[in-house]
Amino acid sequence: MGKRKGVESSIALADSAAMCRIEAIAAYPITPQTHIVEHLSEWVNDGHLEAEFVPVESEHSAMSAALGMSAVGARTFTATSSQGLALMHEILFIAPAMRLPVVMAVANRSLSGPISIWNDHSDIMTDRDIGWVQIFAENGQECFDLVPACFRVAEDKRVVLPTILNFDGFVVSHMIEPIEFWTQEQFDAYLPPFDPQIKLDVRKPVAMGAVGIPEIYYEARLAQQNALLNAKAVVVEAFAELEKMVGRKYNLVETYKADDADAILYLMGSLSETAMTAVDNLRKQGKKVGLVRPRLWRPFPTEELVAAFGNVPVVGVCDRALAFGHEHHMVAQEIRALFYDAPHRPKLVEFVIGLGGRDVTIGDMEHILNRLLEVKNGAPVGPVEYVGVRK
Amino acid sequence: MADPTLQDYKNDVPNAWCPGCGNFGILQVLQKALVTLGLPPERVLLCSGIGQAPKIVHYLNCNAFDGLHGREVASAQAAKIVADDLTVIIHSGDGGAYGEGGNHFLHAMRRNVDVTHVVHDNHIYGLTKGQASPTTDQGQKVAVHPDGVAALPMNPLALAISQSCPFVAQSLSSQADHLLDVLCQAIRHPGFSYVNVLQPCVSWDPVHTYAYYQKHCYRLDTSHDPTDQAAALAVALAHDGRIPLGVLYRNDRPALRPVSEPGVGDLRECPDRPARLARVFDRYR
Repeated sequence: MGKRKGVESSIALADSAAMCRIEAIAAYPITPQTHIVEHLSEWVNDGHLEAEFVPVESEHSAMSAALGMSAVGARTFTATSSQGLALMHEILFIAPAMRLPVVMAVANRSLSGPISIWNDHSDIMTDRDIGWVQIFAENGQECFDLVPACFRVAEDKRVVLPTILNFDGFVVSHMIEPIEFWTQEQFDAYLPPFDPQIKLDVRKPVAMGAVGIPEIYYEARLAQQNALLNAKAVVVEAFAELEKMVGRKYNLVETYKADDADAILYLMGSLSETAMTAVDNLRKQGKKVGLVRPRLWRPFPTEELVAAFGNVPVVGVCDRALAFGHEHHMVAQEIRALFYDAPHRPKLVEFVIGLGGRDVTIGDMEHILNRLLEVKNGAPVGPVEYVGVRK
Repeated sequence: MADPTLQDYKNDVPNAWCPGCGNFGILQVLQKALVTLGLPPERVLLCSGIGQAPKIVHYLNCNAFDGLHGREVASAQAAKIVADDLTVIIHSGDGGAYGEGGNHFLHAMRRNVDVTHVVHDNHIYGLTKGQASPTTDQGQKVAVHPDGVAALPMNPLALAISQSCPFVAQSLSSQADHLLDVLCQAIRHPGFSYVNVLQPCVSWDPVHTYAYYQKHCYRLDTSHDPTDQAAALAVALAHDGRIPLGVLYRNDRPALRPVSEPGVGDLRECPDRPARLARVFDRYR
């Protein structure tokens, strides 16, 4: 077992990126991500990391710089949040199209307006379909463990796609936790040096970013889709090797007491830990409830989710962002679509929680779980419930 | 209607700036300037983005448009083009004006809409707690640059003068009389006016302190001719360790006309507004 340290999750995430021997970092400060790039600047400045650290004038430039560095063959890392991710938006699509395996940590935060620096999933839900592999970490340990997994998947020659590691802003990013660090030898054994399939190289010139005329654009986009769908098997491998290395098991879909549950709650991000406590409290009362969460979000783990839900009669879905103009929000839309072709179709109860940093308590989670059991016992499903909103 | 008073511009929004922040001086002087110019709050629009400086729009009682980092410059010009009866003042930090929104700043100078751009230049990113901004000194040790900033700081005054920006001035947040005079001149100027206001950041920048500015700043006197572009540029590029305060440069380039056309009046009240707006935009294609 590695050494455990009490450390802020953002700092551990930055340490993990540095220990992946990243060679290039593009940085622009934005709350609550800033500690990550600040800490990496210290690694570089102290001479402990041989990397180019490129501070830029905006996130639009940060992502553009990251692609430039990745294109010449450097293992490249950046981090952002909220409006920063939104400002990167047009460049985000270029990364997978050029097959540049940048890894980016996204401290999930609400979008303006109103102006808000607090946590929800508005930012990443808006950039759901950008063609990046997307993984969720729920606590500091997972942030540390999953950075090398992200690089391993991104750079695998069967994938070669950029990868985002999502984690909740403030709730995780600024939390000090006991985190078990890997040794540098473990990092080196887990993550081989970056060996790009193609790169900008004077000895072997290539042109990246050619025009996709109508005769080729369609095929290029479909090839990208297939590459992303095929990444799932590589993520499974990366998680299996991670377990062999440090003993912690990660799955494409994580479950908690779901096997025999009468009702399952589906949610994403760190609120699952609050929900686990609520599940435990209800289990003590003899109420059979459980959780399902996606660890891998893109490519979407359809078969694994169907298997995880099994034949449960009621599923609750928690959204942490709004799909304006649609009565079902993003996560609910995905789960509704999931069950359309599934052999068993449970009743779906939809909730919105924790927008813009609104606190979500164990009591809120118990209320949600109890509500699912009421539906199981015959109560009507009803419209989406906005939990914790002031009337 | 009675003349506006300072009381008209006061509100009770709790202030989140650090004690001793240079922004307090700018807020006080801005209120005085608006009263001095006889502008009632309903005729004033303050536009801002993200940062410590942009918070200023929340701390006085008038129209406000607080958008996103750096974008306030574009929004402000557009608001003025459509609503000529508003006095439009933009408040950005050095990050928003020169970094994230740098392109908007450049094109605002070209376009020359009658708005005033006040940049609160504290040489640092205060909101995100002390990273280098586009005006941080080369070699200054700050967060993300623990070994000192490698890049040269931007010289926004020289940039603006070189682009024939219609009004270019610099002042200091702690010299209220000077700042009041410069702000009033800028707001009165019929065209795009730009004021770089130096301000200490007491929390994150130990270099550019009140004492530092007291020592290095000097006021341009009557020997400086602000209509002489070459002379203005020479002042901005002096590199002699002294910091000029005052109106460095001005010209009388005609401002972009508001979209209200003879016989049309206020476009906001116009029944066939989309068609007329399209015609106006066509003029600038």
